[in-house]
Amino acid sequence: MHALPPAPAPTPRRQVLVGTALACAAGTALMGGMLALWMRFREVYINGPENRWLPEGVVIPEVPSNVMLIAMLPICVFAQWAVYSAKRHDRSHTGVAIGLVALLGVAFINAQAFIWATMGLPIAEGNYSVLFYAVTGVMTVMAVIGVVFSVVVAFRYLGGRSADLELVSAHALYWYSFSVVYSMLWFVVYVTK
Amino acid sequence: MTAIETAAPSAGSAGAGLVAVADWVTTTDHKRIGRLYIGVSGLVFVVAAAVSALLSLERVDIERQLVDINALTQLFALSRTGLLYLGLAPMLIGVAIAVVPLQLGSRSLTFPRLAAGGFWLWTFGAVLIVYSLLLNGGPGGGNPRFVDLYLLSMILVIVGLVAGALSVAATVLTSRSPGMSLRRVPFFSWSALISSLGIIVVLPVLGGYLLVLYLAHKYPSLSELSGNRSIAEWAAFGFTQPATLLFAIPALGLLLDVAATAVRRRPTQRGAALAAVALAGAAVLAPMLQWPMVIREGVADLGAGQVINDLLPFGLVHGLPLLGVLGVVAAAARSLRTKPALSAPLVAGLLGGLLVLLAAAASAANHIGDLGLVGTAFEEGALLAVVYGGAVSAMGAIAYWGPKWWGRTMPPVVSGLLVALAGIGGALASLPMLVAGLLDQPGAVFPTVEVGADAVVYFPDAEGPVALLNGLSLLGHLAVLVAAVAFAALAVRSSRSGTAAGDDPWDGQTLEWATTSPAPADNFAEVHVVRSAEPLLDLKTRSDA
Repeated sequence: MHALPPAPAPTPRRQVLVGTALACAAGTALMGGMLALWMRFREVYINGPENRWLPEGVVIPEVPSNVMLIAMLPICVFAQWAVYSAKRHDRSHTGVAIGLVALLGVAFINAQAFIWATMGLPIAEGNYSVLFYAVTGVMTVMAVIGVVFSVVVAFRYLGGRSADLELVSAHALYWYSFSVVYSMLWFVVYVTK
Repeated sequence: MTAIETAAPSAGSAGAGLVAVADWVTTTDHKRIGRLYIGVSGLVFVVAAAVSALLSLERVDIERQLVDINALTQLFALSRTGLLYLGLAPMLIGVAIAVVPLQLGSRSLTFPRLAAGGFWLWTFGAVLIVYSLLLNGGPGGGNPRFVDLYLLSMILVIVGLVAGALSVAATVLTSRSPGMSLRRVPFFSWSALISSLGIIVVLPVLGGYLLVLYLAHKYPSLSELSGNRSIAEWAAFGFTQPATLLFAIPALGLLLDVAATAVRRRPTQRGAALAAVALAGAAVLAPMLQWPMVIREGVADLGAGQVINDLLPFGLVHGLPLLGVLGVVAAAARSLRTKPALSAPLVAGLLGGLLVLLAAAASAANHIGDLGLVGTAFEEGALLAVVYGGAVSAMGAIAYWGPKWWGRTMPPVVSGLLVALAGIGGALASLPMLVAGLLDQPGAVFPTVEVGADAVVYFPDAEGPVALLNGLSLLGHLAVLVAAVAFAALAVRSSRSGTAAGDDPWDGQTLEWATTSPAPADNFAEVHVVRSAEPLLDLKTRSDA
């Protein structure tokens, strides 16, 4: 066996943060692809004989969709607040901030469920409904993953692993990425319709 | 998030077999996870290659009708899906999982449980895909429940592959030895990083499309997305060039690594070679942006502005990957000018690299409108080149790094002959299909064959040169099949009773050869400091001096 010079044990290199960044890239690509499909169909329908993409009689509740977008700002602020507090070893503030992120995540899921219930759009209605449920469904799954991530981070941090700053940063990164993805969805699905 | 398995497998008397199985099922040792990927995907690859050979035989002799015509659509789907998503992609991800941490001087894979979970998810999805195809599912299938099952299973397979790729990419980005900058990363690990990043951004796009197709099919409406044939239309980009080139990029890294080892010299222009591998990763652009970029028919008659409009994106999407693969092959050829030591890995690296080059060139040619190759056997030829090229490279990787997994070497002459047979077979299977495509023999990614006129269209009564080309392609498939089965048997036998390997059987340059053969569960007793891209060569040079 060749004897290379030994080194001291290397410091961890932000494995969770890098892993989260890669997962966020995958999630963004997933949603980007589906939104691209949405825009392609929208263009075809608008230029086709039907001359419209949103089916007749379907009304999108704009208040909850806009509130969901507005919620992205406090989610990002609270996620960053958690990082800021964790760096200062302020456990109570970190816990409150992560808890608020999780709470807003749950509110996001609730608002999406309200939109589905209010619209009452049958999934087998046509291309619009199929794509609408696929896109918003994936977004909701991403929100559920985010809430679970927040709960796990909160338990680990408050359970004593307060030196695990990287996990809190990764948590913030996830929610930033979530906000960007939802902003794309909001513009494509709820604004341009 | 690092888990190192340090305990040796416990051996009981009564339940020893069960304990061994449990050890493999719950393992977090990257070498075992990689071998699981390689073993299962190798098995499926052999089945898919056999189905491809059967379909090729059917094309040669349409009068005899060896298989039920109603089963042809499913057999085509099994061949395409099996070769790509159940064969090539997991096989090379498996090699990367088993090798990359060793090359980086890392004691473990980053997120080993994610990689292991990815493997089991992929396996579950693979079993369901085969099951759904057996029961008339898949693209063009007649049983709606099993068409749905195929779509969901494909999503599972994609999630599994992305999990494996994420683990590999995170390892290269975060778990390198001290002093190993990204520029000093071994070629294979670099190519595994490029391929993994490509998989991470491309496969979710395909997964999203499949989810939409599943919903449209499950809840049928008047939607254009609802029909079982819409799978072939909307998801085909994941089965054609240049997307599939991403899976084979590790073959380029293997070629560069074995070429440097074979000549026992430091590779010159290392930066250019790394850049060439990264350029091949530009294959990500077409599927990610849904940008097939075709040079329109009659482009020569268009104005200069329109020509540039066509040529620039075409060059970006198809030219850059081709340039990258060409650059890698040129860099390897440049290294090999000085008396290489011929070995099975070198033969595999060369033949695999050349087949991937053929696939990249075919991908570009396929998108030139004036050649009229879309919908011909040319597409099938390009697919076979990339799949068989990648598979030959995987065989080379097993022969090269096998000693680090099981501590024994494969017989050099027999393994060399088998990889040569597989490489020649791969060329023989793909090249005639490329020529047949130029002669307008029809073909498709997922052809739907029905009793009646369609069957005649897909299997025209070939005569003359096209019949000969079909026959040659069949021979190529059979050669790959025989070589793959014999190589697998040889690998299993060698792993149990082969010649014991030294720690550095190839006189290598990179860190994996600095540990024992087989490598212990945690790879290295100590973490090493690296001061160049060839740390072992540095040490040997110093010792010689």
